[in-house]
Amino acid sequence: MTTVAMSPQQAIEQPNGLVLLLRYLRRNKGLAVGLAIFLALVLFTVIGSFTVDLKHAYPLSVGLKKPPSWQYPFGTDFFGRDLLAAMVVGLWQTAVIGILAGGLGTLIGVILGFIAAYFGGFADATIRTVCQILTPIPVLLIQVVIASSLDKRDVTIFTMAFIVVLLAWMGPTLVIRSQVLTMKERQFVSVAKLSGVSDFGIIFKEILPNLLPFIAAAFVSQVFLAVFAAFYLAVLGLGPLREPLLGNIIWAATGQGAFFNGWWWWPIEPSIGMILILGSLALINMGLDELANPRVRRTE
Amino acid sequence: MRPRLLIKRLLFLVLVIWAASTIVFFIPRLSSRNALRERFAELARTGGFSSTDMEKIIASMQKQFGLDQPLLQQYWQYLNNLVHLDFGVSLYKYPATVTELIAQALPWSISLLLVTTILSFVIGNLLGAIAAWPRSPRWMRGIATPFVLLTGVPPVIMGVLLLFFIGFRLKLLPLGGSYSVGLIPDWSWPFFLDLMAHQILPALALIFGSVGGWVLSMRGMGITIQGEDYVNFAEHKGLTPGRIFRDYYLRNTLLPQVTGLALALGTVVTSAIIVEGLFALPGIGSLINVAIRANDFPTIYGIVIFITIAVAVLMAILEFVYPLIDPRVKNE
Amino acid sequence: MNSMTTTAPDARAAMRPATAATPVLRVEGLEVTYYTDLGRAKALDSVSFTLNSGEKMGVVGESGSGKSTMALAMMRMIKPPGRVEAGKVWVGDTELVSLNTEDMRKARLGKIAYIPQGAMNSLNPVIRIGAQMVDALKSHDVKGSSAELRDRCFAALHSVDLDPGVFRMYAHELSGGMKQRVCIAIGILLRPQVIICDEPTSALDVVTQRQVMETIDRVQDEINAAVILIGHDMGLMAQFVDKVAVMYAGRLVEVATVREMFTDPKHPYSRALIASLPNLENKGVFQGIPGLAPSLLRLPSGCAFHPRCPHGNQDPQRSVRPEEVTLAGGRKVTCHLYDAEGVKNG
Repeated sequence: MTTVAMSPQQAIEQPNGLVLLLRYLRRNKGLAVGLAIFLALVLFTVIGSFTVDLKHAYPLSVGLKKPPSWQYPFGTDFFGRDLLAAMVVGLWQTAVIGILAGGLGTLIGVILGFIAAYFGGFADATIRTVCQILTPIPVLLIQVVIASSLDKRDVTIFTMAFIVVLLAWMGPTLVIRSQVLTMKERQFVSVAKLSGVSDFGIIFKEILPNLLPFIAAAFVSQVFLAVFAAFYLAVLGLGPLREPLLGNIIWAATGQGAFFNGWWWWPIEPSIGMILILGSLALINMGLDELANPRVRRTE
Repeated sequence: MRPRLLIKRLLFLVLVIWAASTIVFFIPRLSSRNALRERFAELARTGGFSSTDMEKIIASMQKQFGLDQPLLQQYWQYLNNLVHLDFGVSLYKYPATVTELIAQALPWSISLLLVTTILSFVIGNLLGAIAAWPRSPRWMRGIATPFVLLTGVPPVIMGVLLLFFIGFRLKLLPLGGSYSVGLIPDWSWPFFLDLMAHQILPALALIFGSVGGWVLSMRGMGITIQGEDYVNFAEHKGLTPGRIFRDYYLRNTLLPQVTGLALALGTVVTSAIIVEGLFALPGIGSLINVAIRANDFPTIYGIVIFITIAVAVLMAILEFVYPLIDPRVKNE
Repeated sequence: MNSMTTTAPDARAAMRPATAATPVLRVEGLEVTYYTDLGRAKALDSVSFTLNSGEKMGVVGESGSGKSTMALAMMRMIKPPGRVEAGKVWVGDTELVSLNTEDMRKARLGKIAYIPQGAMNSLNPVIRIGAQMVDALKSHDVKGSSAELRDRCFAALHSVDLDPGVFRMYAHELSGGMKQRVCIAIGILLRPQVIICDEPTSALDVVTQRQVMETIDRVQDEINAAVILIGHDMGLMAQFVDKVAVMYAGRLVEVATVREMFTDPKHPYSRALIASLPNLENKGVFQGIPGLAPSLLRLPSGCAFHPRCPHGNQDPQRSVRPEEVTLAGGRKVTCHLYDAEGVKNG
C-alpha cells in the first residue's frame, strides 16, 4: 500500500492467498456450491472410470430394461447399456466436448477481440460487424442444420464439439474487445508505451493479467453453452448415437416412450446428471461474474 | 429518426437475413448427402422399387427443383425465392409448400411464444432487480439463485419432469395436444379455457428455462445501477425506499433490458422446438421436429430462415421503438 | 443581496442578527470504522464540533482524511463494511444516531441536507427534474395539490437562479453548473437546518465555481441554515466560510476562524497547508508537505502526523495519542505542542 516513514511498530499482516480465497468463498456462496457440485461430478467420473467396466456403456452389453439394483445401481436401458457405466462415460464425453469447444471458443474470442480492440481501424470494423450480424441468428438452429446435414457416420464427439464452436465465439469476442478497449484508454498502457515497452510486452505484461477474470468468466460460459448445445443436438437425435452422451440417452428414452412403459430411471438419471452439470456451471459462471465485476462483490 | 440511421438499420436487417440464408444454403450442399435420394430410398423401403425407375424419377425431380443447375445459379434462384417468401416444397409432406406448412403451424405457436417471452421477461427482470437490491429482504434475494440454477435445466427436461409429476402422477393438467380430443375449435369460452389448460405445462417448462437468463443479466445491471450517484442521492434526499426502488432503480435497469427481448424470443423459439415435440403441440416446433426425423430438409431450412427473419425484424422494430421510451437516447 | 458575497467574512458575520448564534449542529465523538478483508480502518476518530445557525464551516484535508466520511456519517449513510461505532449528532433538538430508520429517513433533507460532489451523475436520467423535486416533497409528507407542490419547486429553482422551465427538462439537457444548482435547489426544498456541501465545485470551471458558491451563500442567508463546506481548495474556502476545520487521518486536528487559520495556524499540518498556498508576495519555491498520508489501516503510533511533522521525531508524539485542547478564543487544536494555556514546548 502506501509507503511512509513509519515507526517500526505495527505492520498489518496480509493474510495469505488461500485464506483470502476461502473467505471470499464463504461470502460468494453461489460460487462455492457450484464448485462443490462440479468437483463431486469430477470425482464421480474419475472413481467411476476405475471401478466400473466402461465397455458396458455401449448397447447390448448387459441385460435389458432392468430397474436399479445392487448389480446395476442405475439400472439398464432398452438397448442393453449399463446406465451407471453410461453416465460415467457420458459425463466424461460431455466434459471433453465442453472443454474442447469452450476452450476453442474462448481462444478465438480472445484473439479476435484483442485484434479488434488493439489494432482498431478496419480489423475492428470487420470483426465487430461480423459479430453483430451473426448474433441475431438463432445459433442452435443453424447447428441443427449443420448436424442434420452430416452423414450419420461422420458424427463423433469431436465433430459435435466443432459444430458447437462454430457459432459460439461471438460472445467472448465482443466482451474481450470492449475490455481491451477500456484498457487501451487507461493510463497504464500509455505509460508503458512511453517507457518504451514493446507492443508484445504491453500485451503480455499489462493487458492480459487484467483480462484474466473476464477470460475465465468467458471460458466458463462457453463451456456452459457448449454443453447445452451438445445436449440440445443430442436430444434431437443428431448426436453420435452410439455414444452414451446424456442427451442421446434421453432422446432414445423419449423415442421409446420410457415413462409410459414404466422405465422411469432411464430418462431421469441422465436428466439429473444434466441438471447437475449445467447447474454447477451456471453457478460458477454467476460466481465468476461477481469476481470480474468488483462492484458486485460484497465485502461483508 | 434520421433517414441515414433508418437505412443503416434496414441494411443491417437485410445483411442478417442474407447471412443466415447463405449459411443455410451452402452447408447442406457441402455434405455428401442427397436429400432426394434418401427420401426415395425411404419410400422405396415401404413399397417396391425398380432402381432404373427410381433414378428416372430422381433425375426429373432434380430438374424440377432446379438441382441440376450450376451452384451459383441455384443460389441466385434461392435468394430470389426467399424475397418472395418461397421456401420451397416440403419433401415429406409433398406437395405442400413449406410456406403453407409454416402458415398452418404458426398460430398454434404464437400464443405460447408470446406468453412465455413476456412472462419470463417480467418475472426474470423483477427477480433480478430484487436480487441485486441490497435492501431487499434476505429471502427474496435468495429466490433468484434457484432460477439461475434452472437455466441449467434445459426446458425439455423440465417439460419431462412437469409432464411426469403434474400430468401423469397428479393428473392435474393435460398430457399433451393443444386441445382435448373430441372438442371442435371455435370461439367459445370453454374451448378457450381448454386451450389455455393445454398451454400451461409447456409454457411453464419454457418459462422456467428462460427466467434464469433474465435474472442474471438484470442482476448485473442492477448492481451497476445501484452504485450510481443518483441512486445514492435519492437516499440522501430521504425518499421512501419504495420510491427509490421504483423510480431510480427499476426504471433505469429495466429500460436497457428491453433491447434484449428480440434475442430472447429467438432463444425461446429454439427451446420451444423440443418442448412442442414433447407436448405434441401442432406448432412450428413440432413441425421442425418431425422434419428432422423425416430428413425433410427444405422444411428444416425454411423454418430456420423464417425464424431468423422474424427475430431480425423484431430486433429492428425494437430498435426503432426504444428511443421513444428512453429519454436519454433521443438524439442518437 | 449580491453585495454580500464580496465583503470579507467578518463583515458578513457582523451583519448577522445576534439571535442567530444558537448551536444548531452539535457533533460529539463521532467514530467510524471500516472492516475490510485486510483489517480494520478507523476512518473517523472522535470527531466533535459545534455549528450555529447561519454559520459556515469549511472542512479541509487530503484525500482519505475523513471529510466525506464525516458527512456520510452525519447523514447516517455509512454502508457496510463501514459502521458508525460511537458518537452523537444533534441537529436542533434531535439526536440523529439513535433515530430509527424511518425517522432518520425523514430527517434527511428535512433537517439535514447533503449536496453531493459532482452533480454530473446525481440526477436521475430518466425522469424529469420536476419529478425529482416533487418526489422529495411527497416522501416527506408535504401535502398539497400538484400545482402547489410545483410552485414550491419553482420557488426553490428561483432561489438558485434557474429558470422555472428547468422543471420540465431532463438531466442531460442541463450543463454541469445547472445540474449542481438543481441539487442545491433540492437541498433547500424543505428548509433544513444544516446543509452539507461535499466539494460542490470540484468538477466545475472557475466562473461556474463562483456562481455556485454565491448561490450557496444566498440560499443560506435565506433560510439561515448552518453550512458545512467540504473541499480542498483553501483559496475558495477563504472567501466563503466563517470557520475552518482541518482533518487528518480521520481526526479533526484544528478548528479555528478563517482569519485565525490563515494568519496564525497552530497545528503543524495546518501550518504546512497554509504555507503551501501560492502567495503573491513570496514568489518562491512551492512548498509541499513531505511524505504521504498514512493508510488508515496502518496508522502511525502516537500522533498520526508525527512521521511528517518537523516536531515529530520525539516523545510524546511518537507514542501518545494527542487529545483535543481548547485554546483562548474557542479555537481547538489536537497536538502535543499545545495545552490549554498555549504553546507547551517551543
